[in-house]
Amino acid sequence: MEIEIDGKVAHVPDGSTIMDAAQQLGAYIPHFCYHKKLSIAANCRMCLVQVEKAPKPLPACATPVTNGMRVFTHSELAVKAQKGVMEFLLINHPLDCPICDQGGECQLQDLAVGYGGSASRFHEDKRVVFHKDVGPLISMQEMARCIHCTRCVRFGQEIAGVMELGMASRNMHSEITTFVGRSVDSELSGNMIDLCPVGALTSKPFRYSARSWELSRRKSISPHDSIGANLTAQVKNNVVLRILPRDNEDINECWISDKERFSYEALNSPARLRKPMVRVDGALREVDWNVALDYVSHALKDVVSNSGAESLAALASPQATLEELYLLQKLTRGLGSGNIDFRPRRRDFSADSKLGGVPWLGLKLSEIKDLDAAVVVGSFLRKDHPLFAQRLRQLAKKWGKVSLLSVSGDDPLIKLHAQVTVSPAELPLALAAVVKAVAQLKGEAVPAGLEAVKPCPTSESIARSLLEGNKRAIFLGNAAEQNPHAAQLHALASELARLTGASCGFIGEAANSVGGYVAKAFPTALNAYEMFAQPRKAYILLGVEPELDCHHPQQAVAALKGAALVVSLTSFSDGAARDYADVLLPIAPFTETSGSFVNTEGRLQSFNGVVRPLGDSRPAWKVLRVLGNLLGLPGFDQDSSEQVRDEIVPAGEGFVDGLNNSINGVPLSLPAAVGFLQRVADVPIYFADPLARRAPALQKTHDAVAPTARMGGQTLQALGLTDGATVRVWQASGEAVLTVRVDEAVPAACLRIAAAHVSTAALGDMFSAINVERA
Amino acid sequence: MAILGALNPMLSVGLDGDNAWRLADYVKRGGYTALRRILEEKLPQGDVINEVKKSVLRGRGGAGFPTGLKWSFMPRSFPGDKYVVCNSDEGEPGTFKDRDILRYNPHSVIEGMAIAAYAMGAARGYNYIHGEVWEIYQRFEEALDEARAAGFLGSDLLGSGFNFDLFAHHGYGAYICGEETALLESIEGKKGQPRFKPPFPASFGLYGKPTTINNTETFASIPYIINLGGETYLEAGKANNGGTKLFSVSGHVNRPGNYEIPLGTPFATLLEMAGGMRGGRQLKACIPGGSSAPVVPAAAMMDCTMDYDSISKAGSMLGSGAVIVMDETTCMVKALERLSFFYYEESCGQCTPCREGTSWLYKVVHRIEHGKGRPDDLDLLSSVTTNIMGRTICALGDAASMPVQSFIKHFRDEFAYHIEHRKCLVPVDVQRAGSGFFTATV
Repeated sequence: MEIEIDGKVAHVPDGSTIMDAAQQLGAYIPHFCYHKKLSIAANCRMCLVQVEKAPKPLPACATPVTNGMRVFTHSELAVKAQKGVMEFLLINHPLDCPICDQGGECQLQDLAVGYGGSASRFHEDKRVVFHKDVGPLISMQEMARCIHCTRCVRFGQEIAGVMELGMASRNMHSEITTFVGRSVDSELSGNMIDLCPVGALTSKPFRYSARSWELSRRKSISPHDSIGANLTAQVKNNVVLRILPRDNEDINECWISDKERFSYEALNSPARLRKPMVRVDGALREVDWNVALDYVSHALKDVVSNSGAESLAALASPQATLEELYLLQKLTRGLGSGNIDFRPRRRDFSADSKLGGVPWLGLKLSEIKDLDAAVVVGSFLRKDHPLFAQRLRQLAKKWGKVSLLSVSGDDPLIKLHAQVTVSPAELPLALAAVVKAVAQLKGEAVPAGLEAVKPCPTSESIARSLLEGNKRAIFLGNAAEQNPHAAQLHALASELARLTGASCGFIGEAANSVGGYVAKAFPTALNAYEMFAQPRKAYILLGVEPELDCHHPQQAVAALKGAALVVSLTSFSDGAARDYADVLLPIAPFTETSGSFVNTEGRLQSFNGVVRPLGDSRPAWKVLRVLGNLLGLPGFDQDSSEQVRDEIVPAGEGFVDGLNNSINGVPLSLPAAVGFLQRVADVPIYFADPLARRAPALQKTHDAVAPTARMGGQTLQALGLTDGATVRVWQASGEAVLTVRVDEAVPAACLRIAAAHVSTAALGDMFSAINVERA
Repeated sequence: MAILGALNPMLSVGLDGDNAWRLADYVKRGGYTALRRILEEKLPQGDVINEVKKSVLRGRGGAGFPTGLKWSFMPRSFPGDKYVVCNSDEGEPGTFKDRDILRYNPHSVIEGMAIAAYAMGAARGYNYIHGEVWEIYQRFEEALDEARAAGFLGSDLLGSGFNFDLFAHHGYGAYICGEETALLESIEGKKGQPRFKPPFPASFGLYGKPTTINNTETFASIPYIINLGGETYLEAGKANNGGTKLFSVSGHVNRPGNYEIPLGTPFATLLEMAGGMRGGRQLKACIPGGSSAPVVPAAAMMDCTMDYDSISKAGSMLGSGAVIVMDETTCMVKALERLSFFYYEESCGQCTPCREGTSWLYKVVHRIEHGKGRPDDLDLLSSVTTNIMGRTICALGDAASMPVQSFIKHFRDEFAYHIEHRKCLVPVDVQRAGSGFFTATV
């Protein structure tokens, strides 16, 4: 299709709109309701342009290009129409720019300069729109500013998968609102703030803290989930005041999750650790860095020489940077210990020695949109991976058949092809049923070990979806990685991939779940579970809070309390580390250090600090480097994080080498059933990492309510309990007192109790037998 | 209201108020013979459409689009569902004909829709009946039950192998749901807001499938066209304006009600049928096609014949055939204020010019009527209407603007007087005397 816009010629595919063609030519057509990622509404009418032979001006966003079309965006007719619309938009707008939080970054304000009149012809009373309270993240205090573009409504329907905002009433009294009294709870809700072209939806935590022109914009990378969303950190006076998405079509598109957007509040939290602390006579005292590091190096040397290197263990957060993980493992190994790990939430490590390479997603994130079928195994999709789930949601809306095999029937807000919800112990069986169904459909021999499996119609339908189309994928989620039979699940998924030709991979728990392998921070001796099951004399903790982050927190805390030396490199002073740590070293969070993350697709993304470290905190890679020097270890002479990175990944930015999801030598065998009641533990989205836990606004959301003991109605009846009862729950070790709630999404004979919260930190394994009785 | 009179009628032949609406009565009047003949003879679909084209039946809902042409837009070989939808969301102020058709002759609509479905290959239809006429919705449901029981609806109609299911759907009274795409949204269970066109319903309609939407009276006329033949139907009216039409006459006449007359009948005849002007007063103006049509002053109106072309020449539209008659006691500012309030109230609020513009228009006219007009208000009004017209998603913006423009064009003096003297040109006691409601004098 050939189209001429203001004399410039463009060639666009059939079905394009005038707006598409204009963007290709770089011609700007003013607009409000149009957004490249949302459906066309054509309701603001700002993009009216003149089209040759058309009697009326036409909206560029919705008018399809016809061959030979001639468009004028600045003709008298077009500009008159645009100015007319602008006048209508402004008559009821409060024009309160000086006190509006959007001032300076407002599309309406910008366009009003070009198309608005200098005086108003409207002398009547303006519309009054009541404010709404929709939760702690989005402010809807000044809804009179709304221009009814419905971007927020369409975002909910199309991207977040749930329509939480809608336009109620009609005529000039139409207003954007939630269903009576409801709040906006989507884990992607913050994007509506970005989408709002005026100051109607604003960020509650950010409001009135700065003007947009006072802020410097600095690039960063999200340290939260495994996608590696690109961020813009907005900084004023060395303080991060706002986090916004940075467009990257291959990773986060133009979105970020609320966790990424609002966790920054924790960076400025009073709980930040500002000075090193050393325990003297049972109490932690602030000391200088040289004192602290001296103390640590001597203490470590003492432990190693008195009790042997194997009595030392190091545990890092999978959200630590590549450089930090690398230096920590180098230091630990330098001292002679192989007890190093970065996967505190894992239970089953038996696949470690059988891996063909670095486990990863198995394909590029940008390839998800081309899949014909996808099967996700063991995931709380929306809460574990909001943006990954968003990609699957778009896929399912087009043609892709998305199936979910998981340990919870939570609604992923994805149009699913099939859903199987089973207990964690039965998850391998459910996956095996699909494997067997595929083998039977293909007429191939049933893999050894699966003879007894009986595929159900649902597993057959999933199997069929994996055999159709060109591109299919199997994804193992967090609940699969953390499952006590993780190696079996991995082996079954690999077998399924082999039989179907689909790709197989891990969605990844955190920002550096792939990077940890690249940095070699995985154990050659005791792993993250064993190092606490077999208590060590000394521990080094890097950015991790074992009381909340470990698979068996109660066991971890017991081991730490019994240890002679616990060195915690942390950004916060308020954790349980105050009780068990002997040394607290203040390290810089992601905004205050340079470093790199390797995201789930193996993409290496390096970033710089956006502000100076707070107080006396220092980048962890520097702390570890100096510690290496003090310990007299070789290879700790780097001057910059880039030098450290180049040691690990000489190729620099791009995709890392060695990505390989194959697993060899794990025979397929199905686990025995667990007793009557089994625990299902999710990691609630806003308890998942130390930053989110300390972000006040996120902690006020519905996703951050204290965990309850949730079970299906039948299980509840079998136990003789009632909804709302207070119960005592206990595992092989550890117990807690909680309230019972009925939740039909929990599989039968299971008790869902979230991990990562203080009220459940005294419990044991995330997925094992559990007992319950009336308290 | 009722059907109070007719000249050479078709639709209202043999109707006897509430006593002749049942299936048996309709069959006695020759009902369902057209459908039966088509199904028995297995008439080619194209022939049915051609017959409708020959009749020059023009859409009775307001736009006057040729029905046969509209039907021919439906894709012939579309794999999957197609729909026919009847628009009985009769919300236009002044219009009350469709409800009488549904009340007194519901089977003509059912038969017309079945024929339409046959001609376009649709297997499913909906009749969207507006919310304020609940008892008529109930009657239509009853008529549907009768038709189903008699085998005129359902699967394998009269053993022909043709399937057609028809359902009634009642709205909740939003004027905008009479706009065809808003009506589709409403049937789909969404908020009734018009869709941007293109794509047109013939390619992307109800549930995204090809859909044809016609007015109740249009569907009701179809059996008569098939029975009489397209040419005979055309001749009943005048060239390019086939057939007869129901006109809803309201306002300052002695016998307001529905009248069926051949298109091309002089306005004077219609006025006479309606009993002439109330109290023998003089005609001042007339809105010939429902509130959205521009007003026509008395002299021009008396020269008109009631058909699409003549009314169009007089600068207005035949629209839905709602003839609103105003006599010399009418204050044109007050009349416009009421009309503008309606459009302000009924704007769906989706697109900017209509949402903001209709309220602005109302507020200004309201101000003038209440003695707070400003000298430049008339220019402001005409400027606002030009900014609305042609810039909205649907025609409501135009519908709101046309009365304002035409009232000011034809009765500018009255508006100017209002602004200058802060009161009506027509004294209030005269207005009240003419209204027929006020008895007290001022």
